[in-house]
Amino acid sequence: MSQLAAAASATSTGEAVQFWVLGTVAVLGALGTILLRRAVHSALCLAGTMIILAVFYLANGAYFLGIVQVVVYTGAIMMLFLFVVMLVGVTAADSLKETIKGQRWLAAACGLGFGILLIAGIGNASLKHVNGLGKANSGGNVQGLAALIFTKYVFAFEITGALLITAAVGAMVLTHRERTERAATQRELAEARVRGGKQLPPLPAPGVYARHNAVDIPGLLPDGTPSELTVNPTLRARGQIRDVSGEALGELKALEQRSQDWLERTEEEAKK
Amino acid sequence: MNPVNYLYLAALLFTIGAAGVLIRRNAIVVFMCVELMLNACNLAFVAFSRLHGNLDGQIIAFFTMVVAAAEVVVGLAIIVTIFRSRHSASVDDASLLKL
Repeated sequence: MSQLAAAASATSTGEAVQFWVLGTVAVLGALGTILLRRAVHSALCLAGTMIILAVFYLANGAYFLGIVQVVVYTGAIMMLFLFVVMLVGVTAADSLKETIKGQRWLAAACGLGFGILLIAGIGNASLKHVNGLGKANSGGNVQGLAALIFTKYVFAFEITGALLITAAVGAMVLTHRERTERAATQRELAEARVRGGKQLPPLPAPGVYARHNAVDIPGLLPDGTPSELTVNPTLRARGQIRDVSGEALGELKALEQRSQDWLERTEEEAKK
Repeated sequence: MNPVNYLYLAALLFTIGAAGVLIRRNAIVVFMCVELMLNACNLAFVAFSRLHGNLDGQIIAFFTMVVAAAEVVVGLAIIVTIFRSRHSASVDDASLLKL
């Protein structure tokens, strides 16, 4: 009898291998989402996890949902996230300073406790009998879903349409910005700049001419220190500035050393 | 392998997402963690649908996806609006009502 129950609840070896391999990757992706500091890396990890979930949907007989997961979640929602990260997240690396003391450890402990509770609950539930979707999917998965959506769930389906329209209008209202005053002309901007008196000429150019002219390398002041003002503020905020002042000084030192060696040798030769 | 393992995986992913919501400070990443929790619920629904042998679980997962899409659109619009007015996407900085 227990063998029969085991046979009913068991799945193929291929699915087991797929579950353990892809499940590990999915958990790693989820951990990467919450642990990586840059929002772009989090988004890419989450996209990977969602694709793996799509594979699991397909393995569970939810063929329509598997495709919708790829198209809607990884295709539309994650790309929307990436767009907003590009729009917002230039300086959006998380600060590591804790505003509430010990909040991170408390949160981790809460998560752990919650996870234990959830998994123990599933472990205690009696889920021995597996029916399988063979009968429900016999007329095709999409046909089966359509029969349910347009009969039993038709009211929820129509309300969903209203929700989507509301969301689209809401997003437009939220991000729309009405210009209440006239845009400043070029002459007014120039006058304001002169009146401000902060930086009248154009900002100094980046790069050390004759050696480097890349935009991420700050120009050197007369005393050899790099000038932060010469680099784009976005690159400054990201910390993507390459400093070559030390390199130049090191090369100068090496040159002096070489000339010393050369001079000593010629002196020795002269002594001979 | 027992299909119940999918439920364990869903519980694990949901827990990781919940911990992320509590730990992270960047509003976009918090939002991504909420998406992770929604996805974990969807996986549980699909697994339940298979365990019970009917398609109702898949229908619920489908509606969850639609609601998640609407939620993402409005949520990201709110984040962009907050970023425009405060020049920060950190959930700690929006503390105007704090004493």
